[in-house]
Amino acid sequence: MNSVLRVTPSLSFGSRRSLYILERNIMAYKRQWPVFVSGFFEPLFYLLSLGIGLNSLVGHLDVGGQSVSYAAFVAPGMLATSSMNGGVIDSIYNVFFKLKVSHVYEPVLSTPLDVNDVALGEVWWSLTRGALYATSFIICMALLGDAGSPWVILCLPGAVLTSFAFACVGLAACTYMRSWQDFDTVTLVTLPLFLFSATFFPLSLYPTWLASIVIFSPLYQSATLLRGLSLGSFSWVMLVHVAYLFVMGLVGLSVAARRFQRILAP
Amino acid sequence: MHARQLTKDFGTFRAVNGISFDIPRGESFGFLGPNGAGKTSTMRMVSAVARPTSGELSIFGLDPHHDGPAIRARLGVVPQEDTLELELTVLDNLLMFGRYFDLSRSVVRERAKELLEFAKLTERANDKCDNLSGGMKRRLTIARSLLNQPELLILDEPTTGLDPQARHLLWERLYRLKSDGVTLVITTHYMDEAEQLCDRLVVMDHGDIVAEGAPRALITQHSTREVLELRFPSDVTTPPVDMLAPLAERLEVLPDRVLLYVHDGDDTLRAVHAAGVTPVSALVRRSTLEDVFLRLTGRTLVD
Amino acid sequence: MTLLATKGTSTRFRPTWWRAVLYEAEFYSKTWRASVISSFLFPILYLSAMGLGVGHLVSAHTGLIEGHTYSHFIAPGLLAITAMQLSVGECMWPVLASIKWVRTYHAAVATPLEPDDLVDGKVLWLAGRLFVTTAVYAVIITCFGATTSWTALFLPFIGALIAVAFAAPLMAFSSRVESDVTFTMLFRFAIVPMLLFSATFYPVSQYPVGIRWMVQLMPLYHGVALCRAAAFGSGSLLAIATHAAVLIVMTVVGLFFGRRNLRRRLVD
Repeated sequence: MNSVLRVTPSLSFGSRRSLYILERNIMAYKRQWPVFVSGFFEPLFYLLSLGIGLNSLVGHLDVGGQSVSYAAFVAPGMLATSSMNGGVIDSIYNVFFKLKVSHVYEPVLSTPLDVNDVALGEVWWSLTRGALYATSFIICMALLGDAGSPWVILCLPGAVLTSFAFACVGLAACTYMRSWQDFDTVTLVTLPLFLFSATFFPLSLYPTWLASIVIFSPLYQSATLLRGLSLGSFSWVMLVHVAYLFVMGLVGLSVAARRFQRILAP
Repeated sequence: MHARQLTKDFGTFRAVNGISFDIPRGESFGFLGPNGAGKTSTMRMVSAVARPTSGELSIFGLDPHHDGPAIRARLGVVPQEDTLELELTVLDNLLMFGRYFDLSRSVVRERAKELLEFAKLTERANDKCDNLSGGMKRRLTIARSLLNQPELLILDEPTTGLDPQARHLLWERLYRLKSDGVTLVITTHYMDEAEQLCDRLVVMDHGDIVAEGAPRALITQHSTREVLELRFPSDVTTPPVDMLAPLAERLEVLPDRVLLYVHDGDDTLRAVHAAGVTPVSALVRRSTLEDVFLRLTGRTLVD
Repeated sequence: MTLLATKGTSTRFRPTWWRAVLYEAEFYSKTWRASVISSFLFPILYLSAMGLGVGHLVSAHTGLIEGHTYSHFIAPGLLAITAMQLSVGECMWPVLASIKWVRTYHAAVATPLEPDDLVDGKVLWLAGRLFVTTAVYAVIITCFGATTSWTALFLPFIGALIAVAFAAPLMAFSSRVESDVTFTMLFRFAIVPMLLFSATFYPVSQYPVGIRWMVQLMPLYHGVALCRAAAFGSGSLLAIATHAAVLIVMTVVGLFFGRRNLRRRLVD
């Protein structure tokens, strides 16, 4: 077990070999580059629609004493949503396909890679994609004037952390899917998260009872973190958001690894 | 490789029931058995993928539980089903698989070229795997298992789906590997294959090993030297078993014929005629591993 | 598949497309649970989040939109979007699966069914399904106070019309598609932009005058406009006729090419 990748000091998980899964995915994805490139247009469409339409209807909002345009308020929330969807959808759909339909991992496990490497490798892949899409999103934000401050650059690591949290949970979730029909459950979770995580309007507009639920939503954690980073208004609470997302990812990953073991090498 | 009391349970179902065997380096060892006998579960354990429920297993003197990656680095595995990446090209399949073994790109490229030659797939190198025929896929899977130049090659029904030409080509390659000192572990349904390839083999049934030995030894031990096959006209519903039984060591009545297990088939045939029994046709042949197999595991379909 | 395979004397009295509709219905009956959620729950969630949340911000800053509160303004448009989305989803991946992966269409045309029946059956089934879905939705938004005229009774018919206006051309498209990558592209560059720019979430007057015509080129815009006209009893007869005409032409042309393409794909 050479060069063990240490996620936390007490826990060694996976190895450097997990990067070969990333390499494999890049190789397999090469043929689909138009799909990949087309993904870069999505933030442009969303931000453009927002800028044309709602921005002037809503006007400026007060965020932590700062007056910001509606587009600047929503854009980080949309980046968080996009990172969530990217992480979850890629994990769930593609990994389900590999796990249960095309059986891609089975020959891999007869090589020095083990189940943890496979799970971790898929996470690397999600993070890579997440980082690329987040970069394009942040560039679009900057171009359309929706970036609150130069600190918007810090949204990149923030978005990657969001991808991590959701990709790991998605990875765990996909092992529980029995057939494609179960995938409707995914939207059943992500859509309410998307609509009720203070992405479109501030937490203060929710009824109190709902607001106290909303703050526990992982997407709320991410959106609030990214909004703070984009506006350059830093606070200690951000560390809580970071910790929340990080722990969520770790829990998802460890569940995923255990489930992978049961499915792939029972 | 040493296995002691190796057991594998799936829930309450016991797939492998405390089997023990030793496979010395350089030997070619076969696992025979009907579907569901526990062969594939055993293969998955000895390829350091699945963990045994209980028992001891050591491969290259290492413990698969702790040294899985190190063991698998020296193993080649041909699974029962072709598990190729259908979306990738033939060449990319090999290149990627070689990378999993920590091999550098240039080394993998070189070996891939050679193995494509071996698998007679050089012309198809840039085709998507999805477009290959069944036999080609099988050949590629076998080529893939040789990328890391394994010391131990595990083949789970390697020639299922291959045409006779490809089968003989593979046997030839396996002989060569064996003479290079590679240990072979093979499961197969084809008895001729087992007789050809295996120095030693075990017959498994319901998770147990029911016989063990060299193919010839097993035949001597569990069958007679020759078999006399007698066919009767289709209107004879009950062949004269009472008259035949005393003539053979063992007798088996099948829907279309009667098998007499004897030392000398020609002698027995004369005795049959002398007893006044007149079959439509008679065939004398040597006992094969198939006779042993069917005797030990029964003729009824398992699944 | 049992329905497709049934041969009996009763078939003489029923047109063959009817069995294609029944087939769709039977398939739906096995998977309806999840789609009930997406058909009813999602628009309601959208309406409450966008309407009440964003609506609050809009009314504080801008006030009424074309004489309506923001949530009332977007409610009819959401109906149009739902009708389009459900119809589009049914006519892409499932159709390619039936042609290429699961090949149920090939099995179907081996029975007395014709490719034309499969197209007609799918389109009619979606019309029926969306009629019911939008009827329920119309009742719900009426409870929210988002319909102000008796003409809202037309909403289910409009929902069905939108469904077929998208289903028919998409059947024609999907019958020619080889890989599902094409669907991803169509989604990204046609469906999603239509959802975003068809003046559902804000009035068309938000666009600069010079590019409004581009919005009017989008089929969904006409669906949204028609729903709004019905919900509020507003709009000139000419405008309403234009919107309806666009959707009807799409249906007719789509059916023509849909039948032709599927026939070529399955039989010729």
